[in-house]
Amino acid sequence: MKKLFSNFLFRRFIGSLLMLFIVMSIVFIVGRQIGDPARMYLQMVGSEDDVRLVRERMGLEDPIHIQYKRFVRGMITLDFGDTFRFGASHPLMQRPKEHRGEADNLATLPLAADRLPATLFLCAVSIIFSVAVSIPLGMFAAMRPRTLGDKIINVLTLAGVSIVEYWFAFMLIIIFAVTLGWFPTSGYGTFSHVFLPAFALSLRAIGRITQLTRSSLLDELSKPYVRAARGRGIPVYRIAFIHVLRNASIPIVTTIGDETINILTGVIIIESVFAWPGIGALTVDALKLRDLPLIEATIFLLIVMVLLVNFTVDLMYYFLNPRANTTGK
Amino acid sequence: MVIENNNSNEARERKIKFTHYLWALIKEPYVFVAVLFLIILIFAAIFADLIVAYDPLRPNILSARLTPFSESKGMGGVANFHLLGTDALGRDMLTRLIYGARVSVSVGVLAVTIAGTIGTILGLIAGYYGRMTESIIMRTVDGFMAIPSLFIALFVLFVLGGGLLNMILILAFVRWVVFTRLVRGITISLKETSFIEAARAIGASDSRIIFKHILPHLISPLLVLATLEVALLILAEAGLSFLGLGLEPPQPSWGLMVARGREYIREAPWMIILPGLSIFLTTLSLNLVANWLRTITDPVQRWRWLI
Repeated sequence: MKKLFSNFLFRRFIGSLLMLFIVMSIVFIVGRQIGDPARMYLQMVGSEDDVRLVRERMGLEDPIHIQYKRFVRGMITLDFGDTFRFGASHPLMQRPKEHRGEADNLATLPLAADRLPATLFLCAVSIIFSVAVSIPLGMFAAMRPRTLGDKIINVLTLAGVSIVEYWFAFMLIIIFAVTLGWFPTSGYGTFSHVFLPAFALSLRAIGRITQLTRSSLLDELSKPYVRAARGRGIPVYRIAFIHVLRNASIPIVTTIGDETINILTGVIIIESVFAWPGIGALTVDALKLRDLPLIEATIFLLIVMVLLVNFTVDLMYYFLNPRANTTGK
Repeated sequence: MVIENNNSNEARERKIKFTHYLWALIKEPYVFVAVLFLIILIFAAIFADLIVAYDPLRPNILSARLTPFSESKGMGGVANFHLLGTDALGRDMLTRLIYGARVSVSVGVLAVTIAGTIGTILGLIAGYYGRMTESIIMRTVDGFMAIPSLFIALFVLFVLGGGLLNMILILAFVRWVVFTRLVRGITISLKETSFIEAARAIGASDSRIIFKHILPHLISPLLVLATLEVALLILAEAGLSFLGLGLEPPQPSWGLMVARGREYIREAPWMIILPGLSIFLTTLSLNLVANWLRTITDPVQRWRWLI
């Protein structure tokens, strides 16, 4: 059992690493080979000489296998090169050979990693909030199907799934920050700052998890063992909590995992709406500045987080479903 | 297929006509309103040039930021009525919303059509033929599923640049996997059934089995999935346009209009409320219709609605 588990753990870990490697290789090919980062960065303002200077500085004039080798080495040593605009390392200010190891250059990955705690905090609050709201809501709906309460929950969850997150965020700002003045419009620091962005982020997750909790509990509640337990006079809510919720937990955990990943995607826009100093806002800044190394670094971190969530969900399966055959694919 | 025609199930299926569906639709008021809204939306998107009185692109500073239900002085002293107000550059909001519908509908429908076609073909191949082709296709699908499609779309759009065509192609490129997974699953389970075995036993060719026997079973789940995907892609287009990766600014895209409207959130809130509301109503209608389609085409549940 123990050996089986460590084997499974190892296999999944290697799988995640491989996935990361493949995705980053695609990022390399799309970003540096199909596109031209120097031209992208300088847009119309740079002359041909400027573009060549930036390309030389980034090592884009080297043969492709050398560039790729450097990219892979950078990935292993967690170094995606220096950012274009943050700090003093503007590509046009420096001569090409000097940029390695200079003190005033800003490496992109530490810059992005600095933003990690804020993002993790926001995501954690959002996902805890949405799970705490949606599981009781889904159970409530499942235990009285086709009643008024169930219908109201159904419509509300459907609305939650259909809404545009960032638009809803602006509506929250209009109502709660501008009109009522209960919460600050944007910023970071106290708990009142986290409320609006977390609410905006968790809306869709609440919708999805509630819908799924309801339908998987309904499936489970129609099974013979539930009828048998009810026949013995055990109250419904007790059956629901003790037996049904555990048996229905696998699809629910899958959805929670999916929604965590959706929240990690949603963070990109929501953080910039609320000026939340996380990776998402940094990604949007980098997109605006067309700073490819920085975008690579933020995408790298976001994908690492996504893969970690997937990995955790796989682990949860292992513990929740004792029958799971993990030795074969 | 003589055997199939004599099947009593098939005979009962025949009796369900279009009017039954219509009646079932009228019995569900929400869904009826949603379908009506979508029909009006598609109609407006197609015939935008004919029904609109103002230019969606030409700015007019004199009529900037008028509140809904107000009038502006037009050429020759004629009063122009703005039902939903005007934006920061004095362009009529309703006009721009209608043109925005054209963008959203074409992105959603075209991207889903492309993704659905490619995804269905690959899913049929993977499910029906199995072996090496299946494992190659399904490993690719797994890879796509492991990474949020918005990340891929965001990065590729950033490198290649926005625009309507790029947006459609890239969204199709990231979403075909959903269709492949669904189609492969159904195809594999159908392959084991006795009616496919019977068809093969009497010598039906692979293409005949796929098109005549498997494809009809795929239509309703595909329809449901496609409806949900259109809703999802309209949301994705809005998000990407909001980030400045989609359509270029003078174009009236709903996501872009929300992005523009954020600067006037205090003085002219309708500029941000209306485009977001349009996206919300569209995706909500699509989701309602998808839910309804799911129950109405479910062989186990549909008797309840159609009789």
